[in-house]
Amino acid sequence: MIQIEKLRKVYRSGDRTVTAVDDVDLTVREGEVFGVLGRSGAGKSTLLRCVNLLERPDSGRVLVDGRDLLALKGGALREARRGIGMIHQHFGLLSSRTVAGNVAFPLEVMGVPRAERAGRVAELLELVGLTEHAGAYPAQISGGQKQRVGIARALAGRPKVLLSDEATSALDPETTASILELLRDLNRRLGLTVLLITHEMEVVKRICDSAAVMRAGRFVESGPVQRLLMEPGSELARGLFPLPEPDVRPGTTVVDVTFEGDSADRPFVSSLARTYAIDVNILGGAVEQIGDTRIGRLRVELPGDPELNAAQLAHLRESGLTVEVHGTSLEGAR
Amino acid sequence: MTWAEIWPLLRQATVETLYMAGVSAALTAAFGLLVGVLLVLTDRRGLLPQPLLNKVLGLVVNIGRSLPFLILMVAIIPFTKLVTGGVSIGTTPFLVPLTIGGIPFYARLVEIALREVEPGVVAAATAMGATRREIVTKVLLREARPGLVSGLSVTVIALIGYTAMAGALGGGGLGYLAISHGYERFEGRVMLATVLLLIVIVLAVQAVGDLVARRLSHK
Repeated sequence: MIQIEKLRKVYRSGDRTVTAVDDVDLTVREGEVFGVLGRSGAGKSTLLRCVNLLERPDSGRVLVDGRDLLALKGGALREARRGIGMIHQHFGLLSSRTVAGNVAFPLEVMGVPRAERAGRVAELLELVGLTEHAGAYPAQISGGQKQRVGIARALAGRPKVLLSDEATSALDPETTASILELLRDLNRRLGLTVLLITHEMEVVKRICDSAAVMRAGRFVESGPVQRLLMEPGSELARGLFPLPEPDVRPGTTVVDVTFEGDSADRPFVSSLARTYAIDVNILGGAVEQIGDTRIGRLRVELPGDPELNAAQLAHLRESGLTVEVHGTSLEGAR
Repeated sequence: MTWAEIWPLLRQATVETLYMAGVSAALTAAFGLLVGVLLVLTDRRGLLPQPLLNKVLGLVVNIGRSLPFLILMVAIIPFTKLVTGGVSIGTTPFLVPLTIGGIPFYARLVEIALREVEPGVVAAATAMGATRREIVTKVLLREARPGLVSGLSVTVIALIGYTAMAGALGGGGLGYLAISHGYERFEGRVMLATVLLLIVIVLAVQAVGDLVARRLSHK
């Protein structure tokens, strides 16, 4: 649905240049929620703004629903933008218009006749649960409600694609959860493809099918969230399961084991202990709900150097677990 | 002079002052709005970047603002005569310097009010596929309305001050009355009355401006 090829955007100020987006390739499949995770300054906002050409990339291609946006100009570009909804961190609502007036605005821009607007506005407000606030001004409603107005407004043109620019970053955790739920619901019910950028792990965890981690203008890793989490060395996994730097005592092996499903389904700790007659220390871990599956990561300590635990590690890998060994000697043999 | 003699003069002078300030305010509002919008649009980061035009316009506005009104008024007498067909004395000809003096003043205030509009709102409208015209009329001007109105009341008050100066140079109005009778003929009551009237007019303009701005603001 969204295809970005070799996208590059450089900012110049005086003789200083900053490459905000550096040769990024990105494919968002129809109907999926794709999250780009990164710190501020990673270039993710620029990347997103290049998708509807709020920023013009220096090179690369941007295809949305099969249309090459960079080839469009003037009216054709405005037309294409109407098929791409966008929601913003600070909502971008017109303070001088009521909630209903804000939702009507894109309809005016699209040239929807006045008589049809009211019905469509009511429909959109119902969709986001704001019917009784239709007459309120943005200053009179909460942040979460403002973002709902933003979402209703973004959906006015029945877009196939929704771009979300840190839509929940200005909201408290509970409101964030309700907005994410709404986005997930719209994604499922309307088949809406969502490309979002965020610096919050929570957002990726809750609603993203696929994700990319962006740093210094580049994608560090990218793919389906569950696959990324199962990959050793994944930054996404490290962010989601924040375990401290391991403190490996001499004569022991510290292993991070990532598993899918309930840990109860895979009693690897007890099976390891039983099979090899060793003591397994649990150092830390967490289980997170990712989409419809649970993914967990457990850090365990085995007696003996990694060399002595080769059979044990193989046993874990054969059980289909992702195994990361900390310590020095086996670092290269992972 | 008795109050019976003073009243007709006061009434006449008030009408003249209101006429000069009112008409020049209307003209200033129209042209000032236009120049202010152009200043914002042609800015390097504006919707219609024209750095050269922007620089020139900014320079003209600054020159207009740096000239004291008294000097501006005298300096542009030839231009005033050109506009009015040779006349430079009386209330109507003074509309020319008043408007010329008011435009750059209001244009800057318009510029400030438009820059106050959150950039995110403009970005949102652009992302919706709005045209530049729609962004100017439906986003910038509309969102900035409270600021535009406050700016206008400040401008009108400045124009009322200018009319007093214009009056001294033969434009009529309360300023003329204060100089010709209050000052030169030592009529303390005339002076007092003109001062009080000017204060009342200024306070009224400010109050109306504040009220309208508050009504328009939904922040």
